Amino acid sequence: MLVEVRLFATFTEGRFTDKQMDLDDGTSPADILRLLKIPQKQVAMLLINGRSESIETKLNANDVVALFPPVGGG
Amino acid sequence: MAGYCGKLLRIDLTTGQIATEELDLDLARKFIGGRGLGSYFLATEMDATVDALDPANKLIFATGPLTGSRAPTSARYMVVTKSPLSGTIASSNSGGFWAPELKKAGFDLIIVEGKADKPCYISINDDDVQIKDAESYWGKLVSETTELLAQAEDPKARVLTIGPAGEKLSRIACIMNDKYRAAGRSGVGAVMGSKKLKAIVARGTGKVEPADAEKSKEVLGAILKKIREHDVTGKGLPTYGTSVLVNVINEHGIYPTTNFQRAYFKTANKTSGETLAEEYLVKNVACFRCPIACGRCSSVDGIEAEGPEFETVWAYGADCGVDDLPAIIRANNWCNEYGIDTISAGATIACAMELYEKGIIKPDEIDGPPLDFGSGEAIVEWTRKMGAAEGFGAKLALGSYRLAELYDTAELSMTVKKLEMPAYDPRGVQGHGLQYATSNRGGCHVRGYMISPEILGIPEKLDPLSLDGKAVWVKAFQDLTAVIDSLGLCLFTSFALCADDYKDMFNAIVGANWTTEDLLEAGERIWNLERTFNMKAGVGPDQDKLPKRLMVEPIPDGPSKGNVHRLAEMLPEYYKERGWDEKGIPTQGKLAALGIA
Repeated sequence: MLVEVRLFATFTEGRFTDKQMDLDDGTSPADILRLLKIPQKQVAMLLINGRSESIETKLNANDVVALFPPVGGG
Repeated sequence: MAGYCGKLLRIDLTTGQIATEELDLDLARKFIGGRGLGSYFLATEMDATVDALDPANKLIFATGPLTGSRAPTSARYMVVTKSPLSGTIASSNSGGFWAPELKKAGFDLIIVEGKADKPCYISINDDDVQIKDAESYWGKLVSETTELLAQAEDPKARVLTIGPAGEKLSRIACIMNDKYRAAGRSGVGAVMGSKKLKAIVARGTGKVEPADAEKSKEVLGAILKKIREHDVTGKGLPTYGTSVLVNVINEHGIYPTTNFQRAYFKTANKTSGETLAEEYLVKNVACFRCPIACGRCSSVDGIEAEGPEFETVWAYGADCGVDDLPAIIRANNWCNEYGIDTISAGATIACAMELYEKGIIKPDEIDGPPLDFGSGEAIVEWTRKMGAAEGFGAKLALGSYRLAELYDTAELSMTVKKLEMPAYDPRGVQGHGLQYATSNRGGCHVRGYMISPEILGIPEKLDPLSLDGKAVWVKAFQDLTAVIDSLGLCLFTSFALCADDYKDMFNAIVGANWTTEDLLEAGERIWNLERTFNMKAGVGPDQDKLPKRLMVEPIPDGPSKGNVHRLAEMLPEYYKERGWDEKGIPTQGKLAALGIA
């Protein structure tokens, strides 16, 4: 299934900003992190279709996954 | 004397009298310094009903006991006065290098009173303080004024100044220091302009020592390490600056777009911190003693200047429907030169754009580019005209509330207590909306940055749409923020530090023996003092509200689609948590317990 993966801030370094990834059915964000070699503990915000979700959630086709490292501002 | 200099400077511009007074250190500690102590002096020395642009309004520049010390980020000071925009107490914060210089000159605070006959500036050279003629600087832009005054006085001096917007009494004028740092909000620049005070130039050669040098070294060393090692303050902010939030806030669907008509901006990434770093960033900039260095030096049109920050990128970006980053940078540069609050300026233009879109402001009324959402040309040129009070720009310089009121459409001004709300749509982040509604200076995000737990997950993750426990969190954030604002440190330290850390720094530098509860109680004291001032000024609990749009129009699209803000369900709990009565009025019992009855 195709899932859109959006990376931000330091996660983009050496990777990409936005990509359609072709993944097995039932893939979770945890699986994506393993594929992209991003350690789980580095993820501060994980959104699936704009909502904060658990890293083990099973994704559906056409979901949009957004991943952020710890960031802040004002 | 430790931390504090123990002296305040009182300047009466009407009589020309300059006096140095001793600062009561018990009083100083009770209100900590900065925002707290400045507010104490304003509240006790002045009638809160005075018009903000009347000579009777006092303009206070207040450093904290940690300002200028070896504590990381010890750059900060507050401008405390009555706001000509909101009619509430104003305490506008800025960094840079000016405030540490004032401490080196030997002063904790400056209280400016009255009004000069003609434009003047104050020069401070250690204990040599003079009021000097500023006729030849009046009308000049901020960077030219800064350079000329440093030349005239001392190349090592630090310059604080208003631009033409403050001189022309724009209600959204700010005070600038070190060319690019702004005490941005609440129209404090207009108060300075109303006193015909152009600038304050400070040069100091003294030192303020901590109470316990050994203890300080140990405490501050540990704190510096925490700040350096934290991902936000040690990595994210230095690399991408505050605009790293553009994508964060947008992806959550709470990024106010086209004057809060929407909350998701499809092309937001074109104006993000990542794009800024890649295409326009020249180098990082840091304030005095700051290891975070979140500041940006950007280059556009061959001009290098500081900024833009996240709020600016939002106000001139998504809020105006603009995704042209160079245009946003140019607008930011005009704000810095004319001395205007970038949030209020961008948000006022956004409001004007909605009025124009709806045919309420007519094309033949405006003597500049069409006020079309999405127009990079409009945001740049209208900022310049606003700063110069030129043509229709003079109406924009009133701020969005008074602009919209001219057209009987005040409900389209996205403000709380007439102060423009910043870059987060309350409909998708409930606690933060409660903060907007209850903040003592109006629509402000920094006074209790609930985005931290509700979106960023710092110190822990809360559900932004839940109402549970939000009142407790908002009070806690508001009280701790009052402490940090009063110490003279940067709020960004709070991403890496906890309340205990501030207590340790305070104790080591000032030589106190406070508990964390003592410090937070001081924060609560300051909050209640401000609230009481506001009530006396006529801004009462009936103003603890949000624009109607946010209460009745659900977010139309994007990740937070379908939500409205549920203020009425949280406000009673908030008042209870504050120990106020059901009407939101601080009780005599509460004020007495805090020592401010």
